[in-house]
Amino acid sequence: MTLGLINANPVVHAKKERVARTEDPHGDDAVDPLEIYDILFEFFLSVLSEESITVDDKLGRILITFTPTIQHCSMATVIGLCLRVKLKHCFPPHYKVDIKVSPGSHANEESVNKQLNDKERVAAALENPNLRQLVDECLYSSEL
Amino acid sequence: MAEPSVLTRHIESYVDTTRSLNEQAASLDSIISLVKNGLVTIEKLVREMDMYLTTTDHVIRARGILLLAELLTNLSLKPLDNVTIHSLIDFFADRLVDWRTLRGALVGCLALLRRKSDAGMVPATDAKAVALSYVKNLQVQSLGQHDRKLCFELLECLLVTYPNEVASLLCFELLECLLVTYPNEVASLLCFELLECLLVTYPNEVASLGEDIIYSVCESVDGEKDPHCLMLVFHIIPALVGLFPNPSGSLASFPRDLFEVLGCYFPIHFTHHKVEDVDVKRDDLSRALMIAFSSTPLLEPFVIPLLLEKLSSSLSSAKIDSLKYLSYCSIKYGADRMARHAGILWSSIKNAISTSLKEPTESFYSESIDGLGFQENEVVSEALVLLETVVMQNNNLLLSMIVDDEDISTVFNTMTSYGRYKDIPLQGKQRLHVVGRILYITTKTSIASCNRVLETFFRPLVDILQLSIRSSSRDWFLNFGALYLCMELLAACRDLVIYSRELASNSIPAHETFCCILQSFCVSLIDALCSILETTANEGADDVDIYLRVRSLQILATFPEDLLAISDNVFKNILTTLMSIIFKDFNQKFLWKLALKALVHIGSFVSRYESEKAQSYNSIVVEKMVSWVSVDNCTLPFPLKLEAVSEIGASGRNHMLNIVQGLEGAIFSYVSDFYVHGNVSSAEVAIQLLQFYSEKVIPWIHETEGLEEILLRFATNIWDHVESWISCNVEVQEKGLLDAIMMAMKLTVGSCSEEIQYIILQKAYTVLSSNTSLLLKKSSLTSIPVQLEESQLIQHVDNISHRDELVLSLFASVIIAVRPRTEIPNMKEILYLFLTTLLRGHVPSAQALGSMINKFDTKAKSTEISRESTLEDAMDIIFKTKSWFFRDNEVLQRNGNGMGLKDLCLGLMNNIQLQVHAIVGLAWIGKGLLLRGHEKVKDVIMTLLECLMPDSSTRAAKLKQDSFENILEQDFHPSVRRSAADAFHILMSDSGVCLNKIFHAIIRPLYKQHLFSVVMPLLQSLLKNFDPSFSRSMLYRASVHIIADAPLIVVVSEAKKLISLLLEGLSILSEDILDKDQLYSLLLVLSAILTDKKGEEAVIENAHSVINCLIGLIAYPHMMLVRETTIQCLVAMSKLPHTRIYPMRTKVLQAMSKALDDPKRAVRQEAVRCQQAWSVLWGVNCMSIDYRRAFIFTRMIELPAEYTRFISCL
Repeated sequence: MTLGLINANPVVHAKKERVARTEDPHGDDAVDPLEIYDILFEFFLSVLSEESITVDDKLGRILITFTPTIQHCSMATVIGLCLRVKLKHCFPPHYKVDIKVSPGSHANEESVNKQLNDKERVAAALENPNLRQLVDECLYSSEL
Repeated sequence: MAEPSVLTRHIESYVDTTRSLNEQAASLDSIISLVKNGLVTIEKLVREMDMYLTTTDHVIRARGILLLAELLTNLSLKPLDNVTIHSLIDFFADRLVDWRTLRGALVGCLALLRRKSDAGMVPATDAKAVALSYVKNLQVQSLGQHDRKLCFELLECLLVTYPNEVASLLCFELLECLLVTYPNEVASLLCFELLECLLVTYPNEVASLGEDIIYSVCESVDGEKDPHCLMLVFHIIPALVGLFPNPSGSLASFPRDLFEVLGCYFPIHFTHHKVEDVDVKRDDLSRALMIAFSSTPLLEPFVIPLLLEKLSSSLSSAKIDSLKYLSYCSIKYGADRMARHAGILWSSIKNAISTSLKEPTESFYSESIDGLGFQENEVVSEALVLLETVVMQNNNLLLSMIVDDEDISTVFNTMTSYGRYKDIPLQGKQRLHVVGRILYITTKTSIASCNRVLETFFRPLVDILQLSIRSSSRDWFLNFGALYLCMELLAACRDLVIYSRELASNSIPAHETFCCILQSFCVSLIDALCSILETTANEGADDVDIYLRVRSLQILATFPEDLLAISDNVFKNILTTLMSIIFKDFNQKFLWKLALKALVHIGSFVSRYESEKAQSYNSIVVEKMVSWVSVDNCTLPFPLKLEAVSEIGASGRNHMLNIVQGLEGAIFSYVSDFYVHGNVSSAEVAIQLLQFYSEKVIPWIHETEGLEEILLRFATNIWDHVESWISCNVEVQEKGLLDAIMMAMKLTVGSCSEEIQYIILQKAYTVLSSNTSLLLKKSSLTSIPVQLEESQLIQHVDNISHRDELVLSLFASVIIAVRPRTEIPNMKEILYLFLTTLLRGHVPSAQALGSMINKFDTKAKSTEISRESTLEDAMDIIFKTKSWFFRDNEVLQRNGNGMGLKDLCLGLMNNIQLQVHAIVGLAWIGKGLLLRGHEKVKDVIMTLLECLMPDSSTRAAKLKQDSFENILEQDFHPSVRRSAADAFHILMSDSGVCLNKIFHAIIRPLYKQHLFSVVMPLLQSLLKNFDPSFSRSMLYRASVHIIADAPLIVVVSEAKKLISLLLEGLSILSEDILDKDQLYSLLLVLSAILTDKKGEEAVIENAHSVINCLIGLIAYPHMMLVRETTIQCLVAMSKLPHTRIYPMRTKVLQAMSKALDDPKRAVRQEAVRCQQAWSVLWGVNCMSIDYRRAFIFTRMIELPAEYTRFISCL
């Protein structure tokens, strides 16, 4: 079976004009939403914005709220999974990442949220070779 | 004579088609060698072959003829007589009729026609016969590909070698060929080439062919798609058109056909890109087509509508091309023809400009943008070029269209409803911008259009502006739109005036209409602008508003005086307004920068054109700025002051001279304040001023001719002041200030000529000798070897007093910077002086000594007595002078020999401090020698290496006849060995303070390579052979200095040998925070090796240790760049063969997970890249499945979750 196009006419998004970060050569750079956005935006441009990412660098918590493009988007969990995997690669293990769909943007909001933040389910999902491959393709196809 | 039977056998073997290709080729070679060696003549051969050439068996006949042809091809250098050639070419030309033997006939014709005159050429008549036979007999289109190719080669050969005879004959043949060949074939390219060649070289012959040729060309071009061919076609058409200059002649009936051929190619657009097409660029093709389009005005009725139509294309390249073509064709077709299209042209231009503007960018800045900050792409700029062209061409027609244009008048009508920039809606801004640009271009084209535009549009603008001025008498307010358009018109007028002045042929009289209009109203505008600018900083105006106001003022101030007389008071008013912005509003960066820029523009304008205003400028702007620098009583921050001063100085020579003078005064007063009164804050200011002087002023003086006097004055002034500085015994030390003065002194001296340097040197010497006790009495200098009577308390080696240090350092600076040919007075004394002071730890002395040694004239003439000593003498002084050491007036040496510099380095004096000073001094002297490529540098290196070796103290002791009892079996003190290792850094690195190009050092090319190749093997063998118990870290340190500073290409080529050394060096350097820069440069060497093909091999062998070393550096705390580069190196390592690096993978990934937590963002980002590079290589799936998870997974499938749905889809 092949996967049909769920969003047949995707809107192509332009990259937003970036607010320049002032470089400080001396002080340390705390993790900020912009940095996370930088890491994620090339894959998840349309579902994310800088405002939807909150970071607490001291406690090491990252909360990401994304908005699926369609209410019944069956890809929502896959997108969330991809976000999680990507962030896992980019941040040290002591960061706790919470990923949620933004309120009211998905039909099965609660169950999606539950799945995305359940450690065991995520681990299990990633051990499914098919799912794993899909996530990897999603993340690395544009890089390699 | 060879046996006939042998010849026959060879011929038979070639003709026999059943033989293998190798056999055939071998027999051909044998026949060739027979003929070449004269064993068989051609005549005899032909007779022998008679049967094979004429038999009715087609196959054998074809082979026979081919044999003869191949033979001739290989004998192209063998001289043949005319009769033989004639009969042979006759034969081959005749055989063109025989299609079965065509291959041989073609090859034969070609072979003969290609012969050069020295070996006997085919006569012209015979060539013509070949051409005739060709035209008559050959049906190229029915031939196979190889034969076709041969046909074309034959054609080419004929045309190139015998053009006169065959030109007209073959022209049609060529065209016919074009009809039968296929696109992209080499053959058709060849045909077009030949055709072009014919047209250019024999126009008359071709022209005589009349209309037919035009028709045929059109037909042959039809549908050609190969870019190379098209390039030729586009050249052929203008050439063809050029053949028929009479427009009502034969060409008149063909424009439509010509256009049909050409028109379909516009706009040029490559649908697929192939590698082989790269050499034909789209732009070249497009340009060629443009020339073809414009080749005859007859094409105008077809071309112009096409171009206008394509203007509405969605392809922006098509738009740009259309506009370019229109500009070009307009000029070629002429005003009369173009007048017909004027209306539609005008509206298209307007349309093109307004639809192609992009939104203004957020970061509006005046540098790059005209008008209202809308980004103008190529379409807009081409449209404006076209506008300029057509306005110039049909001035009246276009002007009346512009004047009557409804869109423009709408803009004027709606202007009053918006006062400020931010009030205007985006669309309104865009319209305003378009109108502004159009009016600017139109006004600028000619005086007539300038008059007309100003007459029509200026009055309403003035009305709007004055109306708003009057409406609020206190609170000044200028309508933005009106001011903007005013500014564009003013700028256009000024540009027009300046441009026509540059042409000089037509200077504009002051009574021109537009001048009168401007004159009547400029004063009130200036007043309004000045008073509005005074409040601009406080009102929080938009950047565009600010830009507009400052720029308008700038334009008004820079109008040529004879056309727009601004009274001196008004001009002063402008300057005062801008200056008050500079003085007060430095917090408004944009406004401040603009004001400064305006002042610079005005400054360069007045210094170029006017004299009266220049005085006002000088007193209001330049002198005021100078006073700001010298008296620290204003709030303007110091760096901004310096920026303003340097910008203003750049606006004119006189301004700079004034500023330089003021600056010097300021420098001396601040430095004196420090040295005389001990005021530390003055030192800080003085440092900044001196740096500014060194960085900005000295280079400017150096570039400007005839200002050496200033440098001389500055240097002498310093020396004059030095006496007063040292007379007050303020014992406050300020290293930064001394460094700044030294650098200024060096740069000043370095920029002077030899004569002036000599004067400065003498002055310096006088001050030195009269103010310090450092110089030795002349009487104490005896001939070499001399015993330097020197009383020096070793316990206080650093005890040069501050006053001595100041004088000495400045003197050393002068010596460092002089040119090689500059004469140094009292050379010996100076050498002794520096030798003495370097042992006291004065580094500039050592540098000066190195510079002297470096610049010594090796060819000092014996007649030149003024040169006191030669290089050899100097070396003797340096290396053989013995020092005596006293302590409490007691001689420390037991024997009476004293010690030379080398002995001191080797620790014979057993004083660590002294030894370190001696080593540093030796390093700088060695650098001087190394740069000039002197032999003696080897001794220096050996001495330094000796210091690094184990048990060096013991050996040093043994060197002395009577050893000190207190020397044990031991190495030198670590600090001694360290300075010996660091001496290699001095030798290898480029120094900013001495011995470089700026200070006229003699630098031999490749000296670094030289040192590298000499020292590295020594160091490597030392490292290899030494007792492992001995700490080799200093040897590594020395090697690392050499590797890090050597040219990369050398290091990379030696990578295999160096890699382990390099790794060891990295770990040694990472131990001390002071070595961080050196560590970084070494790491860069490693990364260069990693990215090089050759270097990669070396790395593969040592992959494990490289990775281990890099992992160790990931957490390097002292420098972010080190961590970042380390991770980049690891990314590069991931590209190596997997088998080598796989075992390290886990380790790297673990290290990366730590690096992900780095405090610096750049490092984290690199870590992410690195992690990906290492994990993706073998797939991310590195987790092991445990059963519990597998259980959950199976349970999960039962869940009504998206996962399961998704998995089922898969």
